[in-house]
Amino acid sequence: MDIHEHQAKAILAEFGVPVPRGHLAFSPEQAAYACRQLGGSTCVVKAQIHSGGRGEAGGVKLCRSEDEVRSYARGLLGRTLVTRQTGAAGKVVHRLWIEEATDIAQEIYLGFVLDRKSERIMIVASGHGGMEIEQLAETDPGSLVRMVIDPAAGLVEFQARELAFKLGLKGKQVAQFVTTLRACYRAYRDLDAMMVEINPLAITGAGDLVALDAKMSFDTNALYRRPQVEALRDPSQEDPREAMAHDNGLAYVGLDGDIGCIINGAGLAMATMDMIKLAGGEPANFLDIGGGASPERVVTAFRTVLADANVGVILVNIFAGINRCDWIAKGVVQAYQEVGLSIPVVVRLSGTNVEEGREIIRTSGLPLLSAETLAEAAKLAVRARPQPVAAE
Amino acid sequence: MAILITEETRVIVQGMSGRIGRFHAEEMIAYGTNVVGGVTPGKGGETLLDRPLFDTVREAVEATGADASLLFVPPAYAADAMMEAADAGIKTCVCVTDGLPAQDMMKVKRFLKRYRRERKMRLIGPNCAGIISPGKGFMGIMPPHIYTPGRVGIVGRSGTLGYEAASQMSALGIGVSSSIGIGGDPINGSSFRDILELFEADPETDAVIMIGEIGGPQEAEAAAYVRDHMTKPVAAYVAGLSAPKGRKMGHAGAIISAFGESAQEKVEILQDAGILVAPNPSSMGATVARLLGMRAAA
Repeated sequence: MDIHEHQAKAILAEFGVPVPRGHLAFSPEQAAYACRQLGGSTCVVKAQIHSGGRGEAGGVKLCRSEDEVRSYARGLLGRTLVTRQTGAAGKVVHRLWIEEATDIAQEIYLGFVLDRKSERIMIVASGHGGMEIEQLAETDPGSLVRMVIDPAAGLVEFQARELAFKLGLKGKQVAQFVTTLRACYRAYRDLDAMMVEINPLAITGAGDLVALDAKMSFDTNALYRRPQVEALRDPSQEDPREAMAHDNGLAYVGLDGDIGCIINGAGLAMATMDMIKLAGGEPANFLDIGGGASPERVVTAFRTVLADANVGVILVNIFAGINRCDWIAKGVVQAYQEVGLSIPVVVRLSGTNVEEGREIIRTSGLPLLSAETLAEAAKLAVRARPQPVAAE
Repeated sequence: MAILITEETRVIVQGMSGRIGRFHAEEMIAYGTNVVGGVTPGKGGETLLDRPLFDTVREAVEATGADASLLFVPPAYAADAMMEAADAGIKTCVCVTDGLPAQDMMKVKRFLKRYRRERKMRLIGPNCAGIISPGKGFMGIMPPHIYTPGRVGIVGRSGTLGYEAASQMSALGIGVSSSIGIGGDPINGSSFRDILELFEADPETDAVIMIGEIGGPQEAEAAAYVRDHMTKPVAAYVAGLSAPKGRKMGHAGAIISAFGESAQEKVEILQDAGILVAPNPSSMGATVARLLGMRAAA
């Protein structure tokens, strides 16, 4: 789960990371007032969306006056920003962060991630911050320093000092860096984060460290014990299809194609999408219906998939272990009746109670296309989708 | 022989008195699995499915000689249950539970290191379908009838995709020695490599199919092991060719976040190690057949 920059900064500041002063604004007037509180002249206005690359998309600006802040805020609020990370749909700006301007002498990259090789929290840092880590890894891999943290001892001071010296920090910066690093680690550990990134961590003209940008992402599996984190969720930043699926407890990822998928198991769902692609089609979504799905759950899955206007055909692929094919089949029939389906549906059932399930599909009297294998199901779905209208 | 579970394995079920635990314990017993008891704190002394229940894993091990444990414990308590099993001397622990916080698994892996090699518990999962040696027994949630007994090992992250492979193989008359689900989480108890080592050493396994997916370094690590140490032929499939970068595809671990983690890159890494990669998920069975045919011809 992602949160906004201003939220990440507030959390990290609480743990002891130095951040610039700033205020949140939901309107141009609030933005201008925030600027006044910061001294009334130069300040930075930053669009708050869940994405990196906001600067180059026109979502960050250094303003010189309250009026400039007001007029820039007016243009930005309600606008959809398309960045390198948002996809073509972009994300709508509903709030702004107005921050005091910082005089930057050097930029450091600092990230905390879960390293799947060591299965521990790892720090990644570079003395050449400011750009995205992916870019940094390509253009300047030699500058990246990595350090793995032992979960039993935590981040110990000598490690943090070592990292400071490797980055070329001097004097008071070393102690400030150690404090920042340990604060980030404690925030990561205590709040079940999956990622903490400060980019850049600036060295100011006066030689002090300050976090100019901050990103945090959290382990959704741990939200049950982090209500204060869950409260930071902003559904306006999610794909509406995904927000709806989330509320219904379904694992769903929206994609750009027209073949809606309802599948059990993440691996089988990915494999089915692959098969659709190989058959010449494009999946509209990833959807894992999970184990022990009731007919009602199947209906909910249909509603979720159909919320996407691009969907022209639905492919149901179930290999039942804990699931029961007869329940799934009942759910498909029920969905037809309740949702008022008008598009073709391909159903492939296998595993527990498969004969009962296929019988329900066969005798339903509904225009359901039945498939025996994964390959056949994908082919049928691709063939059944509405023919694209020729471009004008 | 097979790996990890045979007729002799003495299995307890942690969380057997819950609805899901009870249902699957019943299925396991019906299949002939040697289930010797269950553990539910507070229900010690009771009987369920003609098996004794215990308050602690230690008591269960002392009373029944159990050496394997299957966990149906809710995510918030699963890490604790794993550590309890490890401390009680369980040799193989399978955790089906999905939704464990990543830091809980970090703690468990660290905890397991306190035991010497010969006493260290092997953990399978979490977020997996379990393990089966067809005709001998199973610990998990899979439909056991889709597996034909035989001599090919299966190891995979996904449960249902593993079923898909097993049924394709069954349709071609190819049987399975053991099928192991290692689970879809970013931190898991056993890696592909750990399981490949067991198959390599198992005299009842002739070949292996490995079913990977996007995300994480484990397929690449397994490829290096196959190239450098494995004498048995290996086939593979990697799910997620159409998965976009940076999006989590259902499994907590199925996310492309670093170089070498996409399906395309993994396929190349596996092929470079001499592994026969199925071009699509419908040809997993046929790919294993080709692998076995190639070996016979060599």
